[in-house]
Amino acid sequence: MTRAAADEAGRGHSGRRDPAIVMKHGAGGRAMRRLIQETLTRGFVDVAVDGYGIAAMDDGAALRLGDRWLIVTTDSHVVQPAFFPGGDIGRLAVAGTVNDLAMMGATEPMGLTCALIVEEGFTFSDLERVQQSMVDTCREAGTTVVTGDTKVMGRGELDGVVINTTGVAIANTLVRDSGLAVGDRIVVTGNVGDHGMALMAHRHHLAIDAELYSDVAPINRMIRDALAARPGAVSAMKDPTRGGLSSALHEMAEKANVGMQIREELVPVNPVVRAVAEMLGLDPMHVANEGKAVLGVRGGDAAVQAVLAALRRHPAGANAAVVGECVATRPGDVVLDTGLGKRLLSEYEGELLPRIC
Amino acid sequence: MCLGVPGRVVAVNGQIAQVDFFGVRRETRLDVIDEPVQAGDYVLNHVGFAIRRIPDHEIEETLALYEVLLREAENDMMAADVRSEIDAAQLHSGGSGG
Amino acid sequence: MAAPAERPTGADELKFRDPARARALADAIGRMVEQIGRAPVTVMHVCGSHEQAIAKFGLRHTFPDGLDVIMGPGCPVCVTDLPEVDEAVVLAEDGVRVVTYGDMLRVPGTVRSLAEVQSMGGKVDVVYSAAQAVDIAGGTDEEVVFFASGFETTAVATAAIAVANPPANFSILSAHKYIPPVMEIVAEMPDTRIEGFLAAGHAATITGWGIFERFVERHGIPVVVAGFEPLDILAGIAQLVELVRDGRRAVVNAFPRCVTREGNRIAQQELWRVFRTTGGNWRGIAHVPNGNLRLRDEFAHLDARRRFRIDLKRLWTQAPAALTQLCMCGDIMAGVSSPEKCALFGKECVPDAPVGACMVSSEGTCRIWHQYGGHPRL
Repeated sequence: MTRAAADEAGRGHSGRRDPAIVMKHGAGGRAMRRLIQETLTRGFVDVAVDGYGIAAMDDGAALRLGDRWLIVTTDSHVVQPAFFPGGDIGRLAVAGTVNDLAMMGATEPMGLTCALIVEEGFTFSDLERVQQSMVDTCREAGTTVVTGDTKVMGRGELDGVVINTTGVAIANTLVRDSGLAVGDRIVVTGNVGDHGMALMAHRHHLAIDAELYSDVAPINRMIRDALAARPGAVSAMKDPTRGGLSSALHEMAEKANVGMQIREELVPVNPVVRAVAEMLGLDPMHVANEGKAVLGVRGGDAAVQAVLAALRRHPAGANAAVVGECVATRPGDVVLDTGLGKRLLSEYEGELLPRIC
Repeated sequence: MCLGVPGRVVAVNGQIAQVDFFGVRRETRLDVIDEPVQAGDYVLNHVGFAIRRIPDHEIEETLALYEVLLREAENDMMAADVRSEIDAAQLHSGGSGG
Repeated sequence: MAAPAERPTGADELKFRDPARARALADAIGRMVEQIGRAPVTVMHVCGSHEQAIAKFGLRHTFPDGLDVIMGPGCPVCVTDLPEVDEAVVLAEDGVRVVTYGDMLRVPGTVRSLAEVQSMGGKVDVVYSAAQAVDIAGGTDEEVVFFASGFETTAVATAAIAVANPPANFSILSAHKYIPPVMEIVAEMPDTRIEGFLAAGHAATITGWGIFERFVERHGIPVVVAGFEPLDILAGIAQLVELVRDGRRAVVNAFPRCVTREGNRIAQQELWRVFRTTGGNWRGIAHVPNGNLRLRDEFAHLDARRRFRIDLKRLWTQAPAALTQLCMCGDIMAGVSSPEKCALFGKECVPDAPVGACMVSSEGTCRIWHQYGGHPRL
C-alpha cells in the first residue's frame, strides 16, 4: 500500500484517528491538545471575543473589562481513589481551579461554582469529608463556593464522584502561558512529580514502603507575592499538572516559539519521588503536580532573585529554583542537559505505567 | 531490556527480603538468587526478584575498570586534564563509593 | 535551596554517573575511533535498556561522529509477535482477567491492543512484579492469566512463580524470548555492517558471559557485556571500540559487579526446569530458531494455551492491519535501516497511535527517536 492510499484510509498526516475516545485523550499531552484543537473548539474559535478565548488554549479565558481582565476558568475533577495521601478530590477541585486563575495573573478569586455528580451508593460520610475539604481549601485560598448544582447517577454510571468547579477573578495585569521571550529564566516553584507519584504508588498496589504525598494545594497567594515582588518580571506562567513539568515546558516553548535549555540537576525533586521513579523506570518530569507553577522571569538576576525570594517565603515554594532559560536556538524545542550529555526533553503520551523493561 | 534495580538488603525473612532502593523500601523475593544474602548486602533486582548479590569488592572493581580505561588514554593531554578534574572532584565529594 | 535536597543512602553509590569520568570515557572513545581511521565504526547493542539509558542521559550527544551505535532486537516488547499479543487480546475479550507488565499494555496486536480491550471494559491489570500476578489470582476465584513478556532475565521470575505452586485459577501465557539465538541471526544478515556487539548485562547476569565465547569464535565479532549506568555503557563502548581497533575477537566482561562467566546457576536451573526453547517469529526480524521460551510439558497445567481455546481466527476476520505491512521495525531493529527512512515514522506512526511496536515501547528505537529527536545536533 502506498502512502497516498494510507492517507485515503482516513489516517492523515497527524497520525491515525482513533475511532473513539481513549484514556490518552485526557492525559494532558499532545493527544488531548489535538482533541481540543481539532474537535472541541471547532465552531467556537471563529467567533470574535474581546480578549483571549478558547483559541488561546490557556489555563482560562481572559475577557476585557475596561482596562482590567475578567478571568474565567473551569475544570472537572475525577481522581481514583477519591481520597489519596496528601489530599482528596475536594481539595483538588478547589486548588485546581484557583491555580488556573492564578496562572493568568488573577490571584484573588471572587468565587467558585461547584457542580457535583455523585454515584448512587457513595456514602454520606465520604461526601461530608469531601465537602469539608473543599471548605478548608477555599479558606486557604481566600475564596468560597458561591453557587452549585448536584446530580446523582446510577450505580456504575460513573466512578464515585465527579466535581466541576468554575472560578472567576479579576486580573489587573494578564499573564499568559505564551509570554516567554529569549533570555527569560525558567523558574519552577518546588519539587516536581509529587502528586502523580503518590497516586501511582497507591493505584498499582506497588507495595512500596515510601512516604509519598500529593502536593495538591492552592498557590494563588504565593503567586500573588511573586508577581508583586517585581511587577512585570513574570513573563509567563503555567501549572504543570497532567503531563508534568515536561508538558508544561513544551507547551510554553511552542506557544512562544522560543528554545529552552533546562539543566536536569537544577530541577527540584523529592528524593523519595526520585527513588520510586528510578525503580519504576519513570521520569519525575513526566509526573503530574497539583500545587506547582512554572514561571518565566525576565529582568536579570535581581528580578529572578526577587521572585525566588517571594516564592520561598511560602512553604509550597521553599524549593523554588531556576531550572533553565529561553534561547533563540531550536525554537519550540526543550533541550535537557543531563550533566552527562544533552537530549531533547520528551513529552509523555498517555497514562504513566510502571515499566519492567 | 530488563530494568534492573540495585538495592541494599535491610532484613531477610525466609525467601523474602526487605530491600532499600535509594531510600525506598520494597519486598524482594530471593527464590532465584545463587548465594545467601544478609542485611547490608547489595542485590540486583528485576520484576520483584533478586537475581544477583553484588559483592562490595566488585563495586570497587567497577570503579577501577574506568580508571584502567582512562589510564590507557593517558598519554593524551586532554585526558590528563580531565583526570585531574576527576581527582579534584573526588577530593571534594569523597569519591562516589570507591 | 536551589540545590536538590540531599539524596538518601541505599544503593546510591551504585549510580555510576560521574560527569567528569563520563567526559573522559567519551573522549577516549573519540580518540580510538580516530585511531581506527575510517568511518563509520559500527557497533550494535542488543538491549533496549542500553538504548533507554543512552537516550535518558543524553549519551548519544557525546559519541563521536565516526561511531554508529545501532539498536538491535533488544526490546522484548518490540519483538513480541502480533499473534502473541492477539492471544492475550482474545482472552481478555472473552472475559478472562489478563495480568501483564505495564510495557505490554499499549502494544498493538493485529486488530487492537490490551489497552483498547481495557477501555472497552476488558479486565486487564498491570503489575510490576511477577509475584504480584500470583497475588491477584490468590484474591479471586476467576481465572487469571499472566501474559508474561520479556527476555530470559524476566522469564526467570516467571519460572520462580511457576514452581511455587500458584493457585489453580492462575495460568501463564508465555511470550518470553531468549536473546542468544537472535544474535546469531543478526550477525548472519547479509547487509550487516556490525563490527562489535554490546551484550545486555542483566541477561548475562543470568546466563553468564561464557555463552558468548562460541559466538565470537563462530562470527569473528567481539562482544562486550555492559551494565546500564551511564559510565557502564560508556566503558562498555570504549572497550568494544578498543577491541575493534586492535582487531581482537574476544568476549570482555565490562559489568563484573553483576556478571560472572557461569552466571546465576540457580536461576538457570529454574529457567530450564520450567521453559524450553522453540522456534518462533520475532516481530519484524525473522523466524528465530530457539528464540521463544515456552512452558515445558511438566507445567502444562499452568499453560494458558492449553487451558483455554484461544480463537485467533475470530479476531483476524476483523479489519486487517494494513499499515503494519509498511512498518520497517524489522529492518530498524536489525540495524540495516533507521526510523527516518520509514514512510510511516512521525506521520501515520506516532507514540499515541503506533503502527509498529518500536513506536510503542519506551525503549523502542522509533519511540526514542520520536521523543528524543534521534541523533539531533544540540
